[in-house]
Amino acid sequence: MADVKTFVPAPDRAPPSSAVGPIAWIRDNLFGSIGSSIATLVFFYLFFSYVPPFVEWALINANWTGSDRSVCEANAAGACWTFINVRLEQILFGLYFASNPDELWRPTLIFILFFALLLPLLFEKTPGKKWLTIALLGVFPVVFYFVVYGGYFGISQSNTTQWGGFLLTFALAFVGILLALPIGILLALGRRSELPVIRSICVIYIEFWRGTPLITILFMASVMLPLFFPAGVEFDKVVRAMIGITLFQSAYTAEAVRGGLAAIPKGQSEAAMALGLGYWRRTVFITLPQALKISIPSIVNTFIALFKDTSLVSIIGLLDLLNMAQTTARSMEWKGYDIEAFLFAGFVYWAFCYGMSRYSQNLERKLDTNRRN
Amino acid sequence: MTTDTQMAPAELGESIITIDGLNKWYGQFHVLKDIDLDVKRGERIVICGPSGSGKSTLIRCINRLETHQEGSIVVDGIELTDDTKHINDIRREVGMVFQHFNLFPHLTVLENCTLAPIWVRKTPKREAEELAMQYLERVKIPEQANKYPGQLSGGQQQRVAIARSLCMNPRVMLFDEPTSALDPEMIAEVLDVMVGLAEDGMTMLCVTHEMGFARKVANRVIFMDGGQIVEQNEPEEFFNNPQNDRTQLFLSQILQH
Ligand SMILES: Nc1ncnc2c1ncn2[C@@H]1O[C@H](COP(=O)(O)OP(=O)(O)OP(=O)(O)O)[C@@H](O)[C@H]1O
Ligand SMILES: [Mg+2]
Repeated sequence: MADVKTFVPAPDRAPPSSAVGPIAWIRDNLFGSIGSSIATLVFFYLFFSYVPPFVEWALINANWTGSDRSVCEANAAGACWTFINVRLEQILFGLYFASNPDELWRPTLIFILFFALLLPLLFEKTPGKKWLTIALLGVFPVVFYFVVYGGYFGISQSNTTQWGGFLLTFALAFVGILLALPIGILLALGRRSELPVIRSICVIYIEFWRGTPLITILFMASVMLPLFFPAGVEFDKVVRAMIGITLFQSAYTAEAVRGGLAAIPKGQSEAAMALGLGYWRRTVFITLPQALKISIPSIVNTFIALFKDTSLVSIIGLLDLLNMAQTTARSMEWKGYDIEAFLFAGFVYWAFCYGMSRYSQNLERKLDTNRRN
Repeated sequence: MTTDTQMAPAELGESIITIDGLNKWYGQFHVLKDIDLDVKRGERIVICGPSGSGKSTLIRCINRLETHQEGSIVVDGIELTDDTKHINDIRREVGMVFQHFNLFPHLTVLENCTLAPIWVRKTPKREAEELAMQYLERVKIPEQANKYPGQLSGGQQQRVAIARSLCMNPRVMLFDEPTSALDPEMIAEVLDVMVGLAEDGMTMLCVTHEMGFARKVANRVIFMDGGQIVEQNEPEEFFNNPQNDRTQLFLSQILQH
């Protein structure tokens, strides 16, 4: 033990100047190779030839105020947001509420309530998230029914054939998502069941609805559903669309959940079995939570697809956000401003879908940081 | 392993597992052939044998993770049939520890341990947690109670898995190669826990190739090959004086190093 050398760490040196700083970053990331240089140049060319003129048209020169098209005609170099501004109520809430100014508080209240419940859920630290979630998924739909549909407590019953705009899009998508998730989960479990009868029923259901385009289902729901019910039972058009959408959506949700279930190692349910947990407890506590976590991205994918697909209800004569925007742009008053109508509708769709996508990423990360596996 | 002195012979009680004429097939493949096995209360049995000889299948039949086609298995006085009620009655009395731990990754260590007592035994949550902490202490990782399994080492995970089984107060514990997925330095910590269990009189059926453990703990070592029980004996006899050429070959292979 006489001559033991002591370890002396070598001092750190700063990296050579050519490896750091903005110049180095640009060189490495934008012009790292010939291919990358070409891509960079093409991108900048396209960006500068299209984006500035668009920004100029859509924002800088745009018309925002006024109450008729004369403003926009006077300044044709800019977008006519005046149109959207004047017809906003109709595009968002549909004809029934737009034409009854006294009733406008109803959809307004509903959306305020929706965001008031939703936004706190997006923040990590919010207390009582469980109750907020229950309120959003359980209580909110009931409030929606009583406030928007009405017919009780002195709130007049609204005419669903005149529902439209974003309100309709929202109602269809929300109901579709809310009902399709539990139905889809049951179908996914059924498809993996050991009982042949249950399995076959689920397989047939899923494959049937997955193989049929939504537009066909909506059409069928509108034409054929009444045939299955005794004469005299009047079925609301919106309810028919909701049923069609739920049937369709649950098949897709089922497949997304099944993907998650299939990814759970067999050892998980074996360990649960060995502890004496029965089928439902194994499912609720062990396999399903893990499967849902895995399938969040694909489930949200189907939600996003559904949100946009709701515009297909135009086939049965309902005017959702997209179709309402288009219809207003066809009116005598605002003829010719289709681009603004589509851009606005597109923006609303985008905002919601992007929100869903971000939230799902958030959720994935949150469920993941807890563990290292 | 070292030449451990053998534990005092267990006080054997009446039969707790009785397997009679057990035959099992996977499709055409005859995986278990005419197995007869009687396990007394307090007995500690080590099962060994080459890969594919049916060791896992045999112990998985005991808590019906596998179904058998012929013969009978009676556990704690209840015969295993298709009756799910009976199956769950048996499973709550029979703990199992797996090669790959199979902890529930989305639950904390404590939740892993309390889930079954709360939902199967209907133990109040507070009580279940106290019990779980007792067993976590016993496997020497109470400080990890609020971590997730993914944050633990393999040896720690396997000890949690043992604690999770013990929380159900099982009458029998089945181990399926509990140490073969572990790094060498972690094997000892898991075996220590198992030796402790044996000292406390737990009835154990243990598939393992840890011959030091077998010598020290087992009342009986069973050698399986080709789906049959080829030879069984007390450890001293089994290791020093194997009767069957298959056993001799197997022992020479695993005791070489
Ligand atoms: N689900 C199954 N379907 C078909 N064959 C199987 C199945 N499970 C196991 N086998 C086969 O049964 C035989 C016995 O398997 P078992 O897992 O019981 O062996 P083992 O003795 O535990 O082996 P090891 O030491 O490798 O774990 C093997 O040949 C295996 O391939
Ligand atoms: Mg095995």
